[in-house]
Amino acid sequence: MNILTVIKQVPDSNAAIKVKGDASGIETAGLKQVCDPFDEFGVELAIQLREKRGDVEDIAVICLGGDKASEAMRTALAMGADRAIHINDPKFESMNELFAAYTIAEAIKKDEQNYDLIVCGKYNIDLDSGAVGPALAEFLDWPHVGAVTGLEIADDGKSFTARRRIEGAEEIVECTLPALLTIEKGLVEPRYPSLPNLMKAKKKPVQVLTSAELPGVEASTAGTHLDSMTPPPPRPECKMIEGEPEEMARELVRLLREEAKVV
Amino acid sequence: MASNILVYVEQRGGNIYPATFQLMHVAAELASKTGGQVEACVIGSGIAGLADKIAACGAKKVYLADDAEFESYRVMPYASALSAAIDAASPKTVLMPTTALGRDLASRVGARKRAALVIDCTEVDADGEDLIATTPMYCGKVSSKFRLTGDRLQMVTIRSNVYPAAEPADGATAETVSVAAALRAEDTRLSLKEIVSTTSGVKDVTEADIVVSGGRALKSEENFKIICDLAEVLDGAVGASRAACDAGYQPHTRQVGLTGKVVTPAMYIACGIDGAIQHLAGMRGSKVIVAVNTKAEAPIFKLANYGCVIDLFVLVPLLTQEFKKLLER
Ligand SMILES: Cc1cc2nc3c(=O)[nH]c(=O)nc-3n(C[C@H](O)[C@H](O)[C@H](O)COP(=O)(O)OP(=O)(O)OC[C@H]3O[C@@H](n4cnc5c(N)ncnc54)[C@H](O)[C@@H]3O)c2cc1C
Ligand SMILES: Nc1ncnc2c1ncn2[C@@H]1O[C@H](COP(=O)(O)O)[C@@H](O)[C@H]1O
Repeated sequence: MNILTVIKQVPDSNAAIKVKGDASGIETAGLKQVCDPFDEFGVELAIQLREKRGDVEDIAVICLGGDKASEAMRTALAMGADRAIHINDPKFESMNELFAAYTIAEAIKKDEQNYDLIVCGKYNIDLDSGAVGPALAEFLDWPHVGAVTGLEIADDGKSFTARRRIEGAEEIVECTLPALLTIEKGLVEPRYPSLPNLMKAKKKPVQVLTSAELPGVEASTAGTHLDSMTPPPPRPECKMIEGEPEEMARELVRLLREEAKVV
Repeated sequence: MASNILVYVEQRGGNIYPATFQLMHVAAELASKTGGQVEACVIGSGIAGLADKIAACGAKKVYLADDAEFESYRVMPYASALSAAIDAASPKTVLMPTTALGRDLASRVGARKRAALVIDCTEVDADGEDLIATTPMYCGKVSSKFRLTGDRLQMVTIRSNVYPAAEPADGATAETVSVAAALRAEDTRLSLKEIVSTTSGVKDVTEADIVVSGGRALKSEENFKIICDLAEVLDGAVGASRAACDAGYQPHTRQVGLTGKVVTPAMYIACGIDGAIQHLAGMRGSKVIVAVNTKAEAPIFKLANYGCVIDLFVLVPLLTQEFKKLLER
């Protein structure tokens, strides 16, 4: 079985985000960036499948992003992936997720390896959208299961049963491979790469693809253009409620009814 | 040039998902600006009866993909059916809910139709031929406005509870058009075995108007009872921070935040939750936020509308009593 995990380098969730003066994007100078936490779930899942089954031959990671994204790939390689494919070309940089999915799909179609399973995070914490996984499956004409919380692959490696989270319930689905999964929190707990493994990761092969290798991909943000980026609207000052506990409870309930009108 | 708005009606077991009526409100607003007509698409089995309910909320035409094949949601057959409805209706804009299913379908169909797509919008507006879609990014630390140009199909999913629901009008009817989607072998490789409820009769955090959440401060599953009692009086849902879920006080299905669920209720009551940036990512869109915390410097107070610096074990039971008195009157 050959597994491809899709990863992305994103700003650390603890990092403060500063919008550029002209509202055209965020300041990236000095911004701490990491492998997306949801994508780490995907890499971890691939490695656990290898540990559990005897038949996982290849675990590759594919990443679309600039030079800095090599850090995310190193994390994945240090966790245990075998090799990386880095799609790196300024022409491919955009916030258009369908375009990102199309680009990644073209790279996969060019790849000599035949994959049985592609694993993505449920979504990425930069664009907060989750469109890339399903769109990638669509461009490959593969089925996908989104927000997976449970997975059992048949011994013959030809089909699987997955649980996926929806509002208020979980669906249990059956599907044949090849297929694409997007991983929800809770399925696996990502390991921390050890120092020796981080060193070893430097020696693992990284194949770089640019627009020269992917001539079919038209660099474009066609259809969606960022007009502006702003911090979210400020929230009103917090009204602090004082007094003895009983008074506090009474006053809060009164304000929620009479002022906020939510009860 | 088509200027119609197509609303995707999400239904499960013949029940229309409430956010659909909010989409109908948005559709009417957009249509009044662009001069288009509001239309809707329903996919399912035995769902023809839903057309009237949608018509009452303003749809002039309802595209029905009504077939035993669509009894339960499977992404590929549904994507084919929605694509067929889009081909038949040739709308300018498609509105969908930001649900697990909406994200899935919009992404696949958006890719298939080479659409301009923005997921999880908190505001949409027409600007001539273009659509302006506002969406939170970077864990909600930034709000971005995207322009979806009029030269392609515009698709957006809209976050629940940011728009009011359309008011139904009596007696309105809609023309219905049935759409058939030819399924390929590929489309049926995935099948649904079972749907297991994870709420055991309680509301899911994403659906409730009021969410009462507890953090690490609750210290045990048993102590969470005071949070559950308050939620029950308010007919709300119970949420929790990641620290509380990881410690096993509450199931992960109730986790609110970056790696949990994003909620936008009318009121969010955070009890013993510090307000880490990853928690705020999941609840900052709530209309009214109440924070109960012993620590006056807790970051949650920066976001809250009302704050109480007090031991939650003292205040929460009193609040439950006060609400009980108020609501039983
Ligand atoms: C990648 C990533 C993703 C994450 N995703 C999420 C997520 O989805 N959701 C999430 O919640 N967190 C998430 N976190 C974790 C987050 O950073 C915090 O660790 C977590 O939210 C802390 O939970 P807490 O506020 O309950 O606990 P604490 O930080 O321990 O805060 C407890 C609070 O309770 C107060 N308190 C204590 N006793 C009492 C009392 N008796 N009465 C009143 N107040 C009291 C304290 O003053 C304190 O403010 C994520 C972290 C990372 C790195
Ligand atoms: N630029 C990118 N490079 C590699 N993977 C990506 C990229 N953008 C999104 N993805 C993958 O697609 C999935 C969903 O991301 P998103 O749709 O951006 O929320 C994640 O698992 C990502 O790894």
